[in-house]
Amino acid sequence: MSSAVASQRPKPAWRPKPSIRNPFLRYGLLIGSLTYLYLAFVTIDVNWNRVVLGLERSQVVFAGFLRPDFVSRWQFIQSGVLESLTMTVVATVLGVALSIPFAFGAARNIAPLPVYLFCRAVIAVSRSLQEIVIAIIFVVMVGFGPLAGVLTLAFASIGFLGKLLAEDIEDIEPTQLEAIRATGGSWSQSMAFGVVPQIMPRFVGLSVYRLDINFRESAVIGIVGAGGIGGALNTAIARYEFGTTAAIIIVIVALVYLGEYASGVIRQKVQ
Amino acid sequence: MKDGTKVWQRRDRRASLNVYFAYLIAAVVFLIAFRYISGQTTWLFVWDAPEQAADLISRMFPPRWSYAERLWRPLWDTINIATLGTVIAMVVSIPVAFMAARNTTPHPIARQIAMIIIVFTRSVNSLIWALLLVSIIGPGVLAGVIAIGIRAIGFCTKLLYEAIEEVSPRPIEALTASGASGAQVIAYGITPQVLPAIAGIILYRWDINIRSSTVVGLVGAGGIGIQLNASINALQWSQVTVIFVMIVALVLAAEWVSAKVRGAIQ
Repeated sequence: MSSAVASQRPKPAWRPKPSIRNPFLRYGLLIGSLTYLYLAFVTIDVNWNRVVLGLERSQVVFAGFLRPDFVSRWQFIQSGVLESLTMTVVATVLGVALSIPFAFGAARNIAPLPVYLFCRAVIAVSRSLQEIVIAIIFVVMVGFGPLAGVLTLAFASIGFLGKLLAEDIEDIEPTQLEAIRATGGSWSQSMAFGVVPQIMPRFVGLSVYRLDINFRESAVIGIVGAGGIGGALNTAIARYEFGTTAAIIIVIVALVYLGEYASGVIRQKVQ
Repeated sequence: MKDGTKVWQRRDRRASLNVYFAYLIAAVVFLIAFRYISGQTTWLFVWDAPEQAADLISRMFPPRWSYAERLWRPLWDTINIATLGTVIAMVVSIPVAFMAARNTTPHPIARQIAMIIIVFTRSVNSLIWALLLVSIIGPGVLAGVIAIGIRAIGFCTKLLYEAIEEVSPRPIEALTASGASGAQVIAYGITPQVLPAIAGIILYRWDINIRSSTVVGLVGAGGIGIQLNASINALQWSQVTVIFVMIVALVLAAEWVSAKVRGAIQ
């Protein structure tokens, strides 16, 4: 019987199917990415003596994390956190308010082409520059302090909220808008009753989410002098006070965690 | 209305009072916060901001394009920081994700440890990790790679463990029924199901890492940020413009590559 003959020959072990069928492409991609990783690794240019020295120092850092020092710089930590929180609140309110016109302007289904292009350009610039880079520019323009931070976070919020909201507006159900227009609603009425109710839950959710992001970023932009807890952190690291550094990082993590939890609850309620 | 028919209202009186009260509290909080910011601000410096901006723009243009040829090496470093950081993040986050997922965790305590790793690495910005690492292992590309890697661990782990928790239980049941061990179930039941998710996470995070790796140099951790910092400190704003153009081009190119490859996979 043929099946008996076949069973005498040793069967090759089963192997999972390769995800890229063409072997040239498969091995080519593999070799290419390995070569790239090798080149990238070689050009890192590590000063190993410095790293070995650092490994000793890293024990001090870990010791700092095991015994965070909240006490000796508590004044700075407290005022830094307070500044970060106020910056977050003001910047989020400003950013949300400013992002609404940009979101409407960047939605292709309701905005005329020139307005659309302008709003999309602003959003693209805001999104592709990091907060810290924007902060540097605002510090040059308005001087050191939390106002530069507020302007930075507000500008960054425009890009984030503007893009996501504009996509939501483009995805609305057009029949509702048409119904308002058909009953003789003006432009502002059709926006208020045709568009806004459809995007409201997402709008609230995104705003709360942005509040969360703004707090996280407010901990960073202080490094370039734009106010907030980042300034205190920068000083602590520069002075090699790793106990205080650990304390500040723990405070940031705790607040971010709290904020994330609260924003999760709020978003679940509105959506 | 006069004839007694009720006009439609969205909320009754009590509910609408509550809503107005919530708005009032929000407004008060905003005003207090704004007053605080305003108190910390030297408004004299703010009023000449338009002049400062005009001055800045006049210094930024025309850009000194000849500076670009000294940026290729930092640009290469920037891309490498993002890529190697992504590699580190994935190497660490795959085991941590298996620890964190409810269906594969060896023990509830292991799951809690994994959760702490996720929260800790995700909440702290890569610039802060970079600051810390520069002071530990010295300035250079290595500090940037590790900083970007640490920051990405939480993100990758979270997405990955959610993907692991959502795998279809049928192949796993089939494997267990045929007597597969726990490691075999993970290798042949779960891994093939999450591989597309892993590829997607790598590409998505690489795109984000490119953005962050352009700025870790500001604190000395390698990449194009070092040139940015040097040019700003030397007030060479015409060079800063060239760097900005490079950064925006790199970010847009990375976004495009990442989106294209992700589209090809899924």
